[in-house]
Amino acid sequence: MATIWFWIVGVMVTAYVVLDGFDLGAGAIYLAVAKTDEERRKVLRAIGPVWDGNEVWLLAAGGTLYFAFPQLYASSFSGFYLPLMMVLWLLMLRAIGIEFRAHVRHPVWQNFFDVVFSVSSILLAIFFGAALGNVIRGVPLDATGYFFEPLWTNFRLSAEPGILDWYTVLIGVMALVTLTAHGSLYVAVKTDEDLGRRARGVALLCWPLQFFLTCIGLVATYFIRPEVMTNYGKYMGIGLLVPILVFGSLGVMLWANPKGKEKLAFIASSLYITGMLVGAAFALYPVVLPARDRQYSLTIYNTAAGAHGLSVGFVWWTLGAILAVAYFVFIYRMFRGKVQLGEGHY
Amino acid sequence: MDSALLIHRLHFAFTVTFHYLFPQLTMGLALLIVWLKTIAYRRNDPVYHQAARFWAKIFGINFVLGVVTGIPMEFQFGTNWSHFSRFAGGVIGQTLAMEGMFAFFLESAFLGLFLYGEKRLSPKAHWLSSIAVFVGSWLSGYFIIATDAFMQHPVGYFTSPDGSAQLSSFWQLVLNPWAWWQYAHNMSGAAITGAFVMAAIGAFYLLWGKWTDHARLFVKTGVIAGCIFSILQLFPTGDGQGKMVATHQPATLAAMEGLFQGQAAAPVVLMGQPDVPRAKIDNPLQVPGMLSMLTYRRWNAHVKGLDAFPKEDWPDNIPLLYFSYHIMVGLGTIFIAVMIVSAFLLFRGRLYHAKWMLWILMLSAPFPYIANTAGWMTAELGRQPWLVYGLMRTQDGYSKMVSAGNGMFTLLGFMGMYMVLGILFLFLVYREIEAGPAGHIEPAGQLEEAN
Repeated sequence: MATIWFWIVGVMVTAYVVLDGFDLGAGAIYLAVAKTDEERRKVLRAIGPVWDGNEVWLLAAGGTLYFAFPQLYASSFSGFYLPLMMVLWLLMLRAIGIEFRAHVRHPVWQNFFDVVFSVSSILLAIFFGAALGNVIRGVPLDATGYFFEPLWTNFRLSAEPGILDWYTVLIGVMALVTLTAHGSLYVAVKTDEDLGRRARGVALLCWPLQFFLTCIGLVATYFIRPEVMTNYGKYMGIGLLVPILVFGSLGVMLWANPKGKEKLAFIASSLYITGMLVGAAFALYPVVLPARDRQYSLTIYNTAAGAHGLSVGFVWWTLGAILAVAYFVFIYRMFRGKVQLGEGHY
Repeated sequence: MDSALLIHRLHFAFTVTFHYLFPQLTMGLALLIVWLKTIAYRRNDPVYHQAARFWAKIFGINFVLGVVTGIPMEFQFGTNWSHFSRFAGGVIGQTLAMEGMFAFFLESAFLGLFLYGEKRLSPKAHWLSSIAVFVGSWLSGYFIIATDAFMQHPVGYFTSPDGSAQLSSFWQLVLNPWAWWQYAHNMSGAAITGAFVMAAIGAFYLLWGKWTDHARLFVKTGVIAGCIFSILQLFPTGDGQGKMVATHQPATLAAMEGLFQGQAAAPVVLMGQPDVPRAKIDNPLQVPGMLSMLTYRRWNAHVKGLDAFPKEDWPDNIPLLYFSYHIMVGLGTIFIAVMIVSAFLLFRGRLYHAKWMLWILMLSAPFPYIANTAGWMTAELGRQPWLVYGLMRTQDGYSKMVSAGNGMFTLLGFMGMYMVLGILFLFLVYREIEAGPAGHIEPAGQLEEAN
């Protein structure tokens, strides 16, 4: 049962990154590709009806994590105290930027909210990447099952690591580039004319960087934690699928975007993100939070909630997930197609 | 008091108090908007349509604030209260995760449709989306109350060998009798906030002499709903909630009422200041026998005082608990009076011209917020010194790894952030109010264009 929940939480986190990833990415390129007020409103309208719902995946994934692995939730959230609080502030600033821009129709304040929205989107993408980096690198858990990490120490992989070191910063930058490409493709799908063209251009520029960082990131991961390969060796079949998915979707992105098939490229980008995250989860399993000192690592076995709770939860979770997917399909269908100005809020 | 404990308590108290200013209006307005929308849909009356759109805009701003201040609440269970999460997560993780899966998805998906989809949807589908938003927000309320009810009156759990609480019965947890009363009382309180705010804005327009058709509708809707829910707030919901406290948290009841010595024919203290070291009420103004009557339905029944409980089980801030409770009850009584007089004037057809009453209605708007806040303070201060009543003490639940300095840093950060949010909110809502309900061109254009 704990294994099922491991993958459920993994899928929910992936859904969050794929969904909120494109509106974070749209925020990251916002100042660069959308020059006029009209173009900026188009970008906002493209994400307007969905960004809030996308963020709910973060809450739902967090709630599910809390329910299934309370010990993990307790240790990781208190250990990552400072960066999580900053993520909260950035999420708030970003919501302010998006929503209040629409209400305050004043050029000076609109510029201000534009910068708030874009900068908070960029920082969030980096933070989420750095968080993933921390989970892969391992944290200084002790026998009590708790830890606390300062924001940075000496940027090296020492016995007392900080949230930021060279490895987590690398993963953070990789996340930013990935989500920027992802968001650009989404904007390219949802808009046309100059704006759509510029967004497509950004995605093209991102590609070599994304490819390069993917290779570097994978090598660095192997370098700092060679045991990530254990599961890949043990289950060759699935192990092979992940790199095929990752590099295959990168290939499709390279091929589809210049041909004007943004939708296909966007789907490929979603698959790339899925491949990277599933690959990371696969490498960790059954560990959920590795300790720098291996014996204290948190696994699905020493963090899961009681068996009865997990079984009961499986019933209502399945029901809730079916409903949630139904709403999402319905909403995206309602707001499908290119955005038009003059019928929305932004 | 250990300072890290104090900082973590303040951290949660401050963020949750600020947060709940928004959901109470969200939940109250959701109900009233469904009401306006239903009549608009059935009669196709333009005033009702415009009224629903106007309130949807206020609702939208309010909702965003509720969401962004709500995310930190879920996080803080892990960040600031990790020992509590380790202990209780196996149980309350159920209700919190269900809130995400059932309420948040529903709410956020259909709010988008409700706010931005009037043009794309048929009138019926748009009406249904307003109902979905209402159901989502009220479901969300239930899951939170069920979580709090476990902390107030733990049921449906067993203690596992590692010392943590784990779920033993899903239905006992979800159908906790404490949750039923608390939910009824809380939702009625939210509806009062919605009703008072609606009536206040209607009164403002009538006094201003603008948009009088809409204004009358707002005042009428607000006063009728306000009258119904103010009375429900006292009876049966307040009474039922009080009985729960009397049965399961007798020390809390004694502290709320300022009853230091147990006695037969115990009085209700209407006013007076608790002097905890001397165990008495200064300057008391009291009704003899009333507390016995309210609690046990007998004038001379014996009610346990604080002296019946060991000092370490007393709520740790008795004066604040006492005043929270008395402010809540005092304001609740005033609400009933204001709304009954307004309803009487409305029924006689004089309310729209009774300037004095319109002034009272307009200036009353902040008070339900105070009453709801005081009510929650009563519930949560009354639970002290327990984090989970009878099972885990508050001092054992906070994150031992997060120092007071780090806690202070983020508490100050939240204070600054929330000050900005509060100012922005008031500014934007006031602009919407000033712009009025009658289809102006400004700012959120699409709703009018849909007309």
